[in-house]
Amino acid sequence: MMHFLATYGTQLIAKTGQHLYISAAALALGVIVAVPLGILLTRMKHGANFVITLAGVLQTIPAMALLAMMIPLFGIGSTPAIVALFIYSLLPILRNTYLGMQGVSPTVRDAAKGMGMTWWQMMVQAEIPLAAPVIMAGIRLSATYVIAWATLASYIGAGGLGDFIFNGLNLYRSDLILGGSIPVILLALLVDYLLGKVEAAVTPRQLR
Amino acid sequence: MLLSMEHLRKEYPNGKIAVDDFNLQVGRGEFIAFIGTSGSGKTTTMRMINRMLKQTSGTIKINDKDISKMDPVKLRRSIGYVIQNIGLMPHMTIQENIEMVPKLLGWSKEKRAEQAHKMIELAQLPDDMLQRYPGELSGGQQQRIGVVRALAADQEIILMDEPFGALDPITRESLQDLVKHLQEDLGKTFIFVTHDMDEALHLATKVVIMSQGKQVQVDTPENILRHPANDFVTNLIGEERLIRAQPNILSVSQIMLKNPVSITPDKTVDDAIDLMHDRRVDTLLVTDDAGVLQGYVDLEDINRITDPHTAVGDFTNRQVFFVKADSLIGDTVDRILKQGVKNVPVVDKDKHLVGIVTRTALVDIVYDALRGAPEANEEPASPINADIHAAATHDEGGEIPQ
Repeated sequence: MMHFLATYGTQLIAKTGQHLYISAAALALGVIVAVPLGILLTRMKHGANFVITLAGVLQTIPAMALLAMMIPLFGIGSTPAIVALFIYSLLPILRNTYLGMQGVSPTVRDAAKGMGMTWWQMMVQAEIPLAAPVIMAGIRLSATYVIAWATLASYIGAGGLGDFIFNGLNLYRSDLILGGSIPVILLALLVDYLLGKVEAAVTPRQLR
Repeated sequence: MLLSMEHLRKEYPNGKIAVDDFNLQVGRGEFIAFIGTSGSGKTTTMRMINRMLKQTSGTIKINDKDISKMDPVKLRRSIGYVIQNIGLMPHMTIQENIEMVPKLLGWSKEKRAEQAHKMIELAQLPDDMLQRYPGELSGGQQQRIGVVRALAADQEIILMDEPFGALDPITRESLQDLVKHLQEDLGKTFIFVTHDMDEALHLATKVVIMSQGKQVQVDTPENILRHPANDFVTNLIGEERLIRAQPNILSVSQIMLKNPVSITPDKTVDDAIDLMHDRRVDTLLVTDDAGVLQGYVDLEDINRITDPHTAVGDFTNRQVFFVKADSLIGDTVDRILKQGVKNVPVVDKDKHLVGIVTRTALVDIVYDALRGAPEANEEPASPINADIHAAATHDEGGEIPQ
């Protein structure tokens, strides 16, 4: 253990950094796209099912295949990996945003509108705060997925902790496999824990 | 007129007509109750006032300004809105909830806070409740907040859509008192949708009865109880309630017996005894030639007189208790019963004798008011007539000796 850290310590930190960067970038893109899209879907009478099904279909593409498909489009490196992981992160966030917004009671909406809120105020002051716990749960779920799948990004030259694992597999070195896997697990758990804190913070006191 | 609605009509795309030719003028400080069965268009009509719904045709004016030409957001901020399921924002404190419209209107923080304290006091709730969340309050407390929230920005008109429907009877009553107080003391104008007739009759200054999108009757609660426009209204009010309301809407002239047995003072004892015998009564009312009530003589008085030629006027009891024909039974029944007399003469404004109220008729009224429907009701459609009829039957059976 100590020996492993002494040998690969610096590398480990660098790879963890890469891993985190790829995951965070993918997740951030996912949030930026899926949350507004989810909210938009609740404003549309039709099309919501179609869009959510489409996101579901994207989710079923095997991870390796999706990563490989990115190479002709974006070459190799972190960009195709981020794009592929972004696509994976969409569904949980999109679905939860949609369900969360749908779940805001019509009474609250009626009261908010009836008291003279503009649709923007209604969304920002009433609907989003009330849907926030559900949206955050979707983001949390996506975050864990993305961190786990980011391991595969090493296959297309994006780096990250996947490098350790694939090297370990190629060289029959279990210490490398474990040295890559354990940080991924820890990272996933840590991020999930931190996002859990965020989820609790955005949950209105009365709804906890 | 504060609020005027003319020829309102709401037709849905599927051809269903929710409201048809609705007209109403509402003055400042009025309490209007819309009542009707579900689907009668009462909520639809109310929601058109703050443009939560748009009418197909017709105009709504507030202070003579056509609301369809106003900005709906501004319009809604100027009208209080209370809904059945309370509609407090669960993620905001009570204070934030109360301050909502003032905040939308851009009031300063200090002014808003001051208003919040004022409003919680108005709601008769403790000040420290401001920092709590709606979920920590009981349903009744929440709706109290819901009501005062609708006033927080000094709204003149307050719309209420079955606001107390989900509350238990005791809580409902205390909230009814609260809104009644707000209307009477603060001069707020309420448009109140309900399906509870007791609530409508208790609170409203004007009741609008609706059925299938049409106004069936628009009048004060008293007039609606007194003259239900048709069978629909009668059914909606309910027979029990009509009977219970009788003491408060029936006048003495409606239950009195006409043609009371009377005699003039110049007649003799002999004449009096003959008259008593003929009409089978033990008391005669004494009136002068013009029919003005002078007093009464009863059998005991006559018994004491030995000379059959004594004029009735010589031993008339001048101290006679009487009631006015146009007074309400509710106001007079106590007095009549306390006097302990059997029959009470009824006079018009010039003290002319016009009738007599028997104790039996009063007992029937009191009995019905306390117990509900009369036991033997021969004419269920018009309980009031049945009562008078019953009273008359008792009387024809002859006077019961004292």
